[in-house]
Amino acid sequence: MNHHAIWSIYYFEMHRFLRTAFQSIATPVITTSLYFVVFGAAIGSRMSDVGGVSYGAFIVPGLIMLSLFSESINNGSFGIHIQKFTGTVYELLSAPVSAMELVVGFTGASATKSIMIGVVTLLTASLFVPLQVLHPWWMVAFLVLTSVSFSLFGFILGIWAKGWEQLSIIPMLVVTPLTFLGGAFYSIDMLPPTWRTITLFNPVVYLISGFRWSFYGTSDVGVEISLAMTLVFLGICLATVAWIFKTGYRLKN
Amino acid sequence: MASVLSISNLTKTYASGLQALKSVSLEIQKGEIFALLGPNGAGKTTLINIVCGIVTPSTGTVTAAGHDIQRDYRAARMKIGLVPQELHVDMFEKVIATVTYSRGLFGKPANPAHIEKVLRDLSLWDKRNDKLMTLSGGMKRRVMIAKALSHEPEILFLDEPTAGVDVELRRDMWTLVRNLREQGVTIILTTHYIDEAEEMADRIGVITRGELILTEDKTTLLQKLGRKQLILQLQEPMNAVPAELAEWRLALRAGGNELEYTFDAKSEQHGISSLLRRMGDLGIGYKDLHTDQSSLEDIFVDLVHDKGGAAR
Repeated sequence: MNHHAIWSIYYFEMHRFLRTAFQSIATPVITTSLYFVVFGAAIGSRMSDVGGVSYGAFIVPGLIMLSLFSESINNGSFGIHIQKFTGTVYELLSAPVSAMELVVGFTGASATKSIMIGVVTLLTASLFVPLQVLHPWWMVAFLVLTSVSFSLFGFILGIWAKGWEQLSIIPMLVVTPLTFLGGAFYSIDMLPPTWRTITLFNPVVYLISGFRWSFYGTSDVGVEISLAMTLVFLGICLATVAWIFKTGYRLKN
Repeated sequence: MASVLSISNLTKTYASGLQALKSVSLEIQKGEIFALLGPNGAGKTTLINIVCGIVTPSTGTVTAAGHDIQRDYRAARMKIGLVPQELHVDMFEKVIATVTYSRGLFGKPANPAHIEKVLRDLSLWDKRNDKLMTLSGGMKRRVMIAKALSHEPEILFLDEPTAGVDVELRRDMWTLVRNLREQGVTIILTTHYIDEAEEMADRIGVITRGELILTEDKTTLLQKLGRKQLILQLQEPMNAVPAELAEWRLALRAGGNELEYTFDAKSEQHGISSLLRRMGDLGIGYKDLHTDQSSLEDIFVDLVHDKGGAAR
């Protein structure tokens, strides 16, 4: 185990993040505030409570998940993609580092940033609406698992993408629609039955539902199913990463 | 001397079908400076990249410092440092941060004293807190060398270290390489500059079209393949070489003003004195004479040219 290498990658990536700490923190704070002004204050005041929770408070878990997804994918993909882009990846490939160590370093740093931003989003939200967290350990578990899974997903994207356009296309075309249709702003009970069934094929529904349950104890689907789906997604990402390093896909000749 | 790097029957065919290496075998001795010469696209970089783990070989094995580079890649790679041809650097990082990072990546515990020594040796210490994007090309090249030396490798690969650097840095680089050799580091460099190989290397390998066509001790190579020429500036120009001098196979040059005698440098019986005696007997006077020795460059061009012609 080359723990020096894991630590070096982690430290290097965190350092890159801290260089741009202001932007990194300011973006989620501003975005979250905007969502609250629009959905919480402007529209939310005309909405009835959802499952016994005020609409403003109802959207908080979904909003945090939203920033976790995008931050994890961005951070996870950027670190490795810029190395491929500038050519500095030669050093990683020639280093005495196993695939797993590489992934732990990169994904660990990316997930750490995402969790920090998730916490900042939560704190920002608490300024606008009264919050309660019924199951804090579950909340932390979902926060960590989601950050890690999506950071891994980002890492895969970063290796797969041949350019910056490709890097942004998956988050834009796939992840954003899935998130918006995943019950971030509504309970899927509000949908007509047919759409509700279709929605159940959207993996994001399970993540948001489980996370919301940890706050308010109400959910669209059972929390065990949510957890299982999160772990399935994590497993798929891990298997893909293992395959990438086994075959050298888009990394090695 | 023990072999520190052992390459046997290495081949590489890229997905595009390009056969970059055709069964290359090579032994590098501990502590030597080995220069790999070859034209562009000959397979020099592919060979280096395989040893360093950046390219996967099609067939063949490589052992570095006693470790198989695939089965025992960790131990092997910890002993190897690589300075690639292209300038790949983290533009936004500071010099000292990127060099410290490299050391950790190669599995060594932090050692600020060693990092300082490396940076000082490369005249980078004053620039340690500068961002890489603010440095000149030559300085970036130094940073890449510092990164490669950060983990105290036993084998150092320099892939065209002096391409596009100024004379001063080139001299510094040569000094650095000699100092490293004194510390017991084995150095394998590729270069286009033959004078560089001639100046620094103990042994020379010539690679072309994916084949290692020759590996030889530098001085032996120069002796074996080197030719010498004796050039005589005549007092009176002549139209043809006199029949009496036919056995020396002389050539007339400079419009009949010079006689050129080519002889084998390693041969004891080169016949210069008998030629000069015969010329004296014939009354052919000369104003001046000098000898030329073929450089490594001439030898290299001959070799690659012959091989290229045969392959076509």
